[in-house]
Amino acid sequence: MQALAAPLRTVLVLVFLAVAAIGYPAATQAQSVNPTKNAVSEEQLLQRSKTIRGLGSIPDTKSYTLEQPAGRDWRHFHEVTLRWIGGIAILGMLAVLVIFYLSRGMVRIENGRSGRIIVRFNAFERFVHWMTAVCFVVLALSGLNITFGRPLLLPLMSPESFTAWSEWAKYAHNYLSFPFTLGVVLIFLMWLGGNLPTRVDLEWLKRGGGMMGHDHPPAYRFNAGQKLIYWVVVLGGGAAAVSGYLLIFPFYGTTIETMQRAEMIHGIVAMLFIATMLAHIYIGTIGMEGAFEAMGSGTVDLNWAKEHHGLWLEEEGARSRTGSSQPQPTIIAGQ
Amino acid sequence: MARMKFLCDADRCIECNACVTACKNEHEVPWGINRRRVVTLDDGLPGERSVSMACMHCTDAPCQAVCPVNAIYTTADGVVLHSKDICIGCGYCFYACPFGAPQYPHIGNFGSRGKMDKCTFCAGGPEPDGSPAEYEKYGANRLAEGKLPLCAEMCATKSLLAGDGEIIEEIYKERVAKRGYGSGAWGWKTAYGETVSS
Repeated sequence: MQALAAPLRTVLVLVFLAVAAIGYPAATQAQSVNPTKNAVSEEQLLQRSKTIRGLGSIPDTKSYTLEQPAGRDWRHFHEVTLRWIGGIAILGMLAVLVIFYLSRGMVRIENGRSGRIIVRFNAFERFVHWMTAVCFVVLALSGLNITFGRPLLLPLMSPESFTAWSEWAKYAHNYLSFPFTLGVVLIFLMWLGGNLPTRVDLEWLKRGGGMMGHDHPPAYRFNAGQKLIYWVVVLGGGAAAVSGYLLIFPFYGTTIETMQRAEMIHGIVAMLFIATMLAHIYIGTIGMEGAFEAMGSGTVDLNWAKEHHGLWLEEEGARSRTGSSQPQPTIIAGQ
Repeated sequence: MARMKFLCDADRCIECNACVTACKNEHEVPWGINRRRVVTLDDGLPGERSVSMACMHCTDAPCQAVCPVNAIYTTADGVVLHSKDICIGCGYCFYACPFGAPQYPHIGNFGSRGKMDKCTFCAGGPEPDGSPAEYEKYGANRLAEGKLPLCAEMCATKSLLAGDGEIIEEIYKERVAKRGYGSGAWGWKTAYGETVSS
């Protein structure tokens, strides 16, 4: 140890002198050094990245972001773009439906009711449908309130009552998202089999679904139009759920930037979803005779089934004729 | 009417966090919320700078524009304030804010947000000036007492300036002219659309 110490000291002294020698000229020039030469500049940092981030000394690491001007683009989206998208999609769809109803009227059961009915949706299917549907309506209205409430509703009520309604709408939006998402998952699973595209769909689409005139293109349990609705619900509902949960749980793996993007996706998907559902509601109620009862009582008239889902009716008929060991009481005598 | 602004002279900020502490104490800011914070950029590198940042009280404030319930308003002094009675805690102002100013106390489960809280430029809220209700929701209203924000008053190096935008800009320009350098008024371009011409 003792023997080593002396040479080590010599080395250290040499190193120190060397460092001092290098540093000396710099020190003499200190007068002319510009302290901002290396200083970070806001402009450069903003060119380098969309956010300026540094270090802080409080536990909240989110606060280490100094600046994020991207909010400006998001603001424009929320204030202008989304309102246009929503307005055009929803009002446009309503206009189309009104025009269609006035020109085409209700699609009647051409051969009248047969008086015999067939089960179309069982109790579980109807429960899932209506759970999802009720949630959807509340989610849609409470969501539209966030985009359109301030310009349309607020002028009609006091700020306090608008806040009270909006706060309840927010809670409803947050909490009903859970049964809605469950509904979308169940819909995906229980109707997937009937909603895969087949060749029959091409024919159906080619004939415009028989919407004009009195055409009835063949269809199995779900025609191409219904399949379209199904995939809008599954994919649109899925996208709305994922982007929505990113917003319900702020900073769980997200930043302000990803949340801005999630909100944009959420808004656009929701607007298009609402527009699509308007068409779905139309054709399921005043648009077509005998359609609502499929989801109402769960049964449809045989003639309705023959006209709109002929291939499905044949399938069901064949299944009950060939008769598996279980009796198939699908066709029940009506009133 | 004066147009109130903040200006942080980053060449003077020594990252002591006195502004942060002063703010928390003056307004009894809720646990977990910091209306003001100091961010150090390029920490440990030559040219490192610290900037004290809070709500910048933007011109044409984005938070105010996106608020779905119109809870945020700008006073005649250019101070951006909000009403906690109107706020629904949706989080939109915080998506829009370029400075990360709006914060929400955690209430309930998951990320559910309470009423938004942010810097008030020591100007309270919509309640009567200096009322207990105002103090409880927003903290002290120093502006109504003819005083300036405590963070800036407290700043030991006078790095953080608060007050009439034209006056603090003039002070900053004089400093830059005298010492020959300045890293600029941080956030001004984003907040006010113009930066100091030095």
